[in-house]
Amino acid sequence: MKFGVVVFPGSNCEMDCYHVIDKVLREEVDYVWHQETDVSRYDCLVLPGGFSYGDYLRCGAIARFSPVMEAVADYAREGGLVIGICNGFQILLEAGLLPGAMLRNTCLHFICRFVDLRVENASTPWTNAAAVGQVLRIPIAHNEGNYTADAETLRELREQGRIILRYCAPDGTVSEEANPNGAMDNIAGICNEGFNVFGLMPHPERASEALLGSTDGMVIWESIMAHYRGKG
Amino acid sequence: MKVSVFVSPKQGVLDPAGQATLGSLKSLGFDEVSDVRIGKYITLRLEGIDADQAEERVREMCERLLANPIIEDFRVEIER
Amino acid sequence: MAELYEELGLTADEYRDIVRILGREPNKVELGMYSLMWSEHCSYKSSKTVLAQLPTRASYVLQGPGENAGVIDIGGSLAVAFKMESHNHPSAVEPYQGAATGIGGIVRDIFTMGARPIACLDPLRFGDPASPRTRYLFGGVIAGIAGYGNCLGIPTVGGDIYFDPCYDENILVNVMCIGVMPKESLIRGQATGIGNAVVLLGNRTGRDGIGGASILASQEFDEKSQEKRPSVQVGDPFTEKLLIEACLELLERKLLVGLQDLGAAGISCACSETAARGGVGMRVYLEKVPLREEMEPFEIMISESQERMLAIVEPKHLDEVLGVCRRWGLNAVVIGEVVEGDALEIYWHGEKVVDVPASSLASGPVYDRPAERPEYLDEARAFDPSSLRHPEDCGETLLRLAGGANLSSRRMVWEQYDHMVQLNTVVYPGSDAAVLRIKGTSKALAVSCDGNSRYVYLDPYAGTQIAVAESARNVVASGGVPMAFTNCLNFGNPEKPGIFWQFREAVRGMADAARYLELPVVSGNVSFYNESFGAAIYPTPIVGMVGLIGNVANRTGIAFPDEGLLVVMLGETLDELGGSEYLWLLHGLTAGEPPRLDLRLEKGAQTVCIEGIRRGIIISAHDCSEGGAAIALLECCCAGGIGARLEVETELRPVSWLFSESQSRFVLTLRDEDLDAMRELAGSRGVPLRVLGRTGGDRLVINDWIDLEVREMNRVREEALEKLMRG
Repeated sequence: MKFGVVVFPGSNCEMDCYHVIDKVLREEVDYVWHQETDVSRYDCLVLPGGFSYGDYLRCGAIARFSPVMEAVADYAREGGLVIGICNGFQILLEAGLLPGAMLRNTCLHFICRFVDLRVENASTPWTNAAAVGQVLRIPIAHNEGNYTADAETLRELREQGRIILRYCAPDGTVSEEANPNGAMDNIAGICNEGFNVFGLMPHPERASEALLGSTDGMVIWESIMAHYRGKG
Repeated sequence: MKVSVFVSPKQGVLDPAGQATLGSLKSLGFDEVSDVRIGKYITLRLEGIDADQAEERVREMCERLLANPIIEDFRVEIER
Repeated sequence: MAELYEELGLTADEYRDIVRILGREPNKVELGMYSLMWSEHCSYKSSKTVLAQLPTRASYVLQGPGENAGVIDIGGSLAVAFKMESHNHPSAVEPYQGAATGIGGIVRDIFTMGARPIACLDPLRFGDPASPRTRYLFGGVIAGIAGYGNCLGIPTVGGDIYFDPCYDENILVNVMCIGVMPKESLIRGQATGIGNAVVLLGNRTGRDGIGGASILASQEFDEKSQEKRPSVQVGDPFTEKLLIEACLELLERKLLVGLQDLGAAGISCACSETAARGGVGMRVYLEKVPLREEMEPFEIMISESQERMLAIVEPKHLDEVLGVCRRWGLNAVVIGEVVEGDALEIYWHGEKVVDVPASSLASGPVYDRPAERPEYLDEARAFDPSSLRHPEDCGETLLRLAGGANLSSRRMVWEQYDHMVQLNTVVYPGSDAAVLRIKGTSKALAVSCDGNSRYVYLDPYAGTQIAVAESARNVVASGGVPMAFTNCLNFGNPEKPGIFWQFREAVRGMADAARYLELPVVSGNVSFYNESFGAAIYPTPIVGMVGLIGNVANRTGIAFPDEGLLVVMLGETLDELGGSEYLWLLHGLTAGEPPRLDLRLEKGAQTVCIEGIRRGIIISAHDCSEGGAAIALLECCCAGGIGARLEVETELRPVSWLFSESQSRFVLTLRDEDLDAMRELAGSRGVPLRVLGRTGGDRLVINDWIDLEVREMNRVREEALEKLMRG
């Protein structure tokens, strides 16, 4: 399986994603420069975290106009797997590949810590190695992860099972106290209608080695690989 | 030509910074404040374009980049 | 010119020296350059002779002081670059930007050496926590560190925070950065090779931080003084991130001869230092410098605009260098060339505006300041804590300490910092030292910053020894072998003999401790003039220690990891409440004799701890310091969520055993079967070892002195800082 990790100016988790894919998953991986226009050679594209273009205007707002994003949109339209992590999620929202938008965390500051996430849909390319209701312990690290969408969008997301991960307590209870950033409905990760585009605020690459405190992020990587192998 | 763009959170969309500031103002005794919205003020300098065209172009800039229509409204002022 | 020099902060003697060096009167631009380069900040003129006594060598030191950062060899053809710096004054003026640009500066120092920055640590000192101004500064500084550091993708993994009214008007914002590199990538801030190009990279130049020389502006531009007023430096972390990536790529492709960041005194400093280090001259065409606004030559020379680098490039590599920068979207412009001789010549549209020996700028005057033991010492140290009425309820006292500004949890701060990015952080902030694995090896680095200014105030010599010992002890408690350290020496006005005596004694203490513990000083920074309205801060030398963990599996945390383990105390608890947090928080006093440091015992205890961890005997380890044994034990309980039942046999009064800050102590946990081996190990080094009791349950019980629920202790220490800072 061949991954492409997209690098925007200001990305800062691209090396982390590359490291996990290369050294932990032991799969093929390339960096994809933001000016590239052909991404067809990859089996999965990763839009990593960071502060693309400094996130000076709005998170992800400038990155979405990078030449590579047109290619990413075409790739996604044809069913290619695209995962956006943190800033990558914000870029997917700005690019309209996923619905909704991000507001500032309700606490008004950056939060970096482990959170618990409830898997809401386990029949996706991203979560097929998990069970519904399973709790994953994965870190977040962001300033703008307060997901918002209009009522109609939210209803669609719910009805179509496109809310994939929600912030929860360690026992799996989804509650206001377990919501770190004010996100609507405790949303931590969503998919597009075709389930081939996935955006999430938590960083699975930071929870992929026991040495770093959790391997729960591996559930997501393993799901991607299982999906790919099943298809292949 | 100088153009001012005011970007503000849409009515109905939560504005965490505005809410926090509202709380602070009230705690300082400014009880008359009932709402605070915090947005951005962007100035542009345009060349080689007339004011009517400019209005349309700047609106397009706002829709495409300067504001996110899902969460933000914008207003354009052109100094003629 | 003659009347201008004083306003620029130069003395009559210094001005005479400049005239002698040049053989003529300097012009305005030259005078501005000398005034900055010969300032205390750039020239270390008051500290140089004192600092000379610090040991700086060891077989593994690749680069000692004098470069942008120190570099040590950690084996396996890898090297580690690190340095600490202060950004105290800018942060007091504008806390967010001051702290942010502080990060920017130290990070540039690290990648300038060819290393990828892998972590930052921030020792911070604020005033009275009850003051609204403290809260404002605290909020701004934390947000600035987070805003800049998080954007760069460099984890902030540690540091420390203390509050004391002595910092009311002068907060301290120190920053340490660490980088890792292949040994062969080490590059220096040197200009060599006649005919090589001098390339300026990064942000355009504006009027940022033209402070010291603002008088030049106002003399010329009275009518426009509003516009020309010195301005706060503003950080641009996005550009800094691009600079890191572009410079590391340039170095990896071996396209650079030398690299230097632009910090204080901007182009003046970068050009004169690189030329002086390389023993060459330099010709610079100032009109080529990309500007943000219209500027005068002297302004361009001294501007402190951030996120700029100076690279020395062979002509044959120039196109490739400019190409790499273009790809990263960075400005890169040839502004001059390396020439024979020693002259720094600056041209402005064909007119020569500066012609001075580069080395004369880079090596300023040297002073031997008068020093005199300050009078406060006798009275402050004569105080006897046993004369006080001590509180009856030790449990309540412990909770007060744990919920106080200085000893409570810092989680609300470090959770605002991205402390995980780069996937190296194995032990998070909140432990004794941060532990960072080195990818591709089994090694890890343990890093800690320490400096208790109350001890230094009461005894500059011993207090500074303690700073060295404690930072090493923190590294040891995490499983590391201390290797070398950097420092940031924050003091008042060195022209006052009392302050200079504090400084001299502190450095002497640092040197003696470093020599005894065999720890070289590889980089550092001095920040003088931390005073307002004639009152100085407590002398605050801060030590940033770097240690190596040979196998990351042999790391230790502070948490009681399991029930039923033996809890032992390595080292001796004495009646030493002088200068303690207990004395300050409960009695409002900074007085008495600070704890003694016996370097022989310290070294013994550290050796025993390192060996015990390496042999797998020691399961958890925690340094015993501020707040004493009671706070150390509380932290072990809270970190693991497991209590302990302890019986202490001592002749000391309960408060003394619990809250004395005796040095050279560790709280350890062991398995029963390893106790004999541990006893033998401690005995072989003559270090006392006492079994205190056993872990388990959900309470911390110490004799009939303390009986507290772990959950309650944890709640108190976790909630405290946020409550205090909310007001």
